[in-house]
Amino acid sequence: VVAGVSGVSKVTTMQDAVREFVHDGDTVAIEGFTHLICFAAGHEIIRQKRRDLTLARMTPDVVYDQMIGAGVASKLIFSWMGNPGVGNLHAVRRRIEKADPEPLAIEEYSHFGMVCRYMAGAANLPFFPIRSYYESDIPRVNPKIVPMASPYDADDEVYVVPPLKPDVAIVHAQRADAGGDTQIWGLLGCQKEVAFAAEKVIVVVEEVVDETTIRQDPNRTLIPGVVVDAVVEEPFACHPSFAQGYYDRDNAFYLEWDRIAKDQATLDAWLDEWVYALANHREYVEKFGDAQWDGLRPEPAMSGEVDYGRYA
Amino acid sequence: VSDGGRGSSPVQAAAALGYSKSEIMIAASARLLGGVTNCFVGVGLPNIVCNLAQRTVAPSLQLVYESGVFGARPERLPLSIGDPTLATGSTAVTSMFELFAFYLQAGLIDVAFLGGAQIDRFGNLNTTVIGDYADPKVRLPGSGGACEIAIHAKQILVIMRQAQRSFVERIDFRTSPGHSGDPAHDAARGWNGSGPTAVVTDLGTYGFDARTGEMTLATLHPGVALTDVRASMGWEPKVASDLGETPPPTAEESRLIRDELDPGGVYTK
Repeated sequence: VVAGVSGVSKVTTMQDAVREFVHDGDTVAIEGFTHLICFAAGHEIIRQKRRDLTLARMTPDVVYDQMIGAGVASKLIFSWMGNPGVGNLHAVRRRIEKADPEPLAIEEYSHFGMVCRYMAGAANLPFFPIRSYYESDIPRVNPKIVPMASPYDADDEVYVVPPLKPDVAIVHAQRADAGGDTQIWGLLGCQKEVAFAAEKVIVVVEEVVDETTIRQDPNRTLIPGVVVDAVVEEPFACHPSFAQGYYDRDNAFYLEWDRIAKDQATLDAWLDEWVYALANHREYVEKFGDAQWDGLRPEPAMSGEVDYGRYA
Repeated sequence: VSDGGRGSSPVQAAAALGYSKSEIMIAASARLLGGVTNCFVGVGLPNIVCNLAQRTVAPSLQLVYESGVFGARPERLPLSIGDPTLATGSTAVTSMFELFAFYLQAGLIDVAFLGGAQIDRFGNLNTTVIGDYADPKVRLPGSGGACEIAIHAKQILVIMRQAQRSFVERIDFRTSPGHSGDPAHDAARGWNGSGPTAVVTDLGTYGFDARTGEMTLATLHPGVALTDVRASMGWEPKVASDLGETPPPTAEESRLIRDELDPGGVYTK
């Protein structure tokens, strides 16, 4: 594999990336808005038995239910939690509603507030002003959301949110070169913002590609290798979420998780079978078998090409 | 964004009338979108409503999703607001910052659908918690984009099934602001949005009184009595002096819902 701009390959394994960059007590963000959610990274963090993490994410969904059910986290920062299109996160709810088996601290925002926390973190700003939260109870339960008058018009009040700079961001993408120059298409979530905001960045991709492929379409590069610390090639790492153009959401799994997570015993049994008993994500992919993956592959829908022009 | 109460209601008596309760909710909601251009969509019933409106009263409707899609043309019924079918073939896929800042906060969104576990007579919505925040009976999903959507979309349409536990005198947590009950205060807010303008339920449709900001029953669905409505809400509802009957789904609306928009009957049984 050819290295990226820096000339240094950052390609490593998921095991080594998690071992090196994710530590007990860290604030970790595995982002992705329905799309490009790196379940494989969550599973590796569970497998390596990290503890006392603060998990940040706009939309804690099944992967955070798995991680929180496995006991890796003591706090959650978020704006919407649920099993999208299906229902609740049972493990998260048990901890919030009944402290079962232990409490889970929460710090909540709205989507726009979370987006702007990452924006402030990425842009090195002390806060970010937004027009939201007016007459809502959310600031009442989260003192970090603060009203502020405009310095230019005392009658114009906004709310400000603080920067969020995770210790580690784990970002899934369709492709990157070995130096971490990363391209994404389809729903973008906050992949770019969280990568620039975080101290350390692990990029996980469906395919590691040559630098030439990246340079042929630079507008599609969301994250430059200069902010990336590790590149992991891990096909199907988003399952059961999806990677646009590579595989569809496995909706049957989202429905199945609703049943699995209702009871801690069935959740533990699932973790034993699908996480702890497997050495890595490749074994997870093989355990499902080819028919599973063939069934999730979409028909192609190619983008048209554009001409950047050559200016020699 | 609301899922429109998907899955929370049984197959019901309206079947005897030739359509389901969901179908009349969808048809009544779609008609409210006449002339609308930019609409923030939720998954479930609102998605079917918007697609029906696009084929009937609002051909130029642009479907906008908080996941960052403007002008979606979904080829299948999306399973969530982040379904890959929303990106493929859309007008634009934006960053979430752009979607919330340039489209919503700047005032480009005409109509948005919201729902919740609880609503009060002024259209304030709770999607955060049942019981005390610090010691919740039921922890709900939270705001998502609903808080800012409620403030910035020019009109909010609510689709919810009615019940004593959801149409309540006092909501446990105000996630998304509706009307305050003081019209002078509301007029002075200076928000892009004018708050909830209609609520469509399985029993009827409501508007909001321009003078008081209070939810007011406008029509009853065929076969529904005022006593049914009173029995499924936590306050004595205001009733319009010209209370009418909701027109049932037309043959064309029913055909579109059943044959094109939800052929599996996932949302409309």
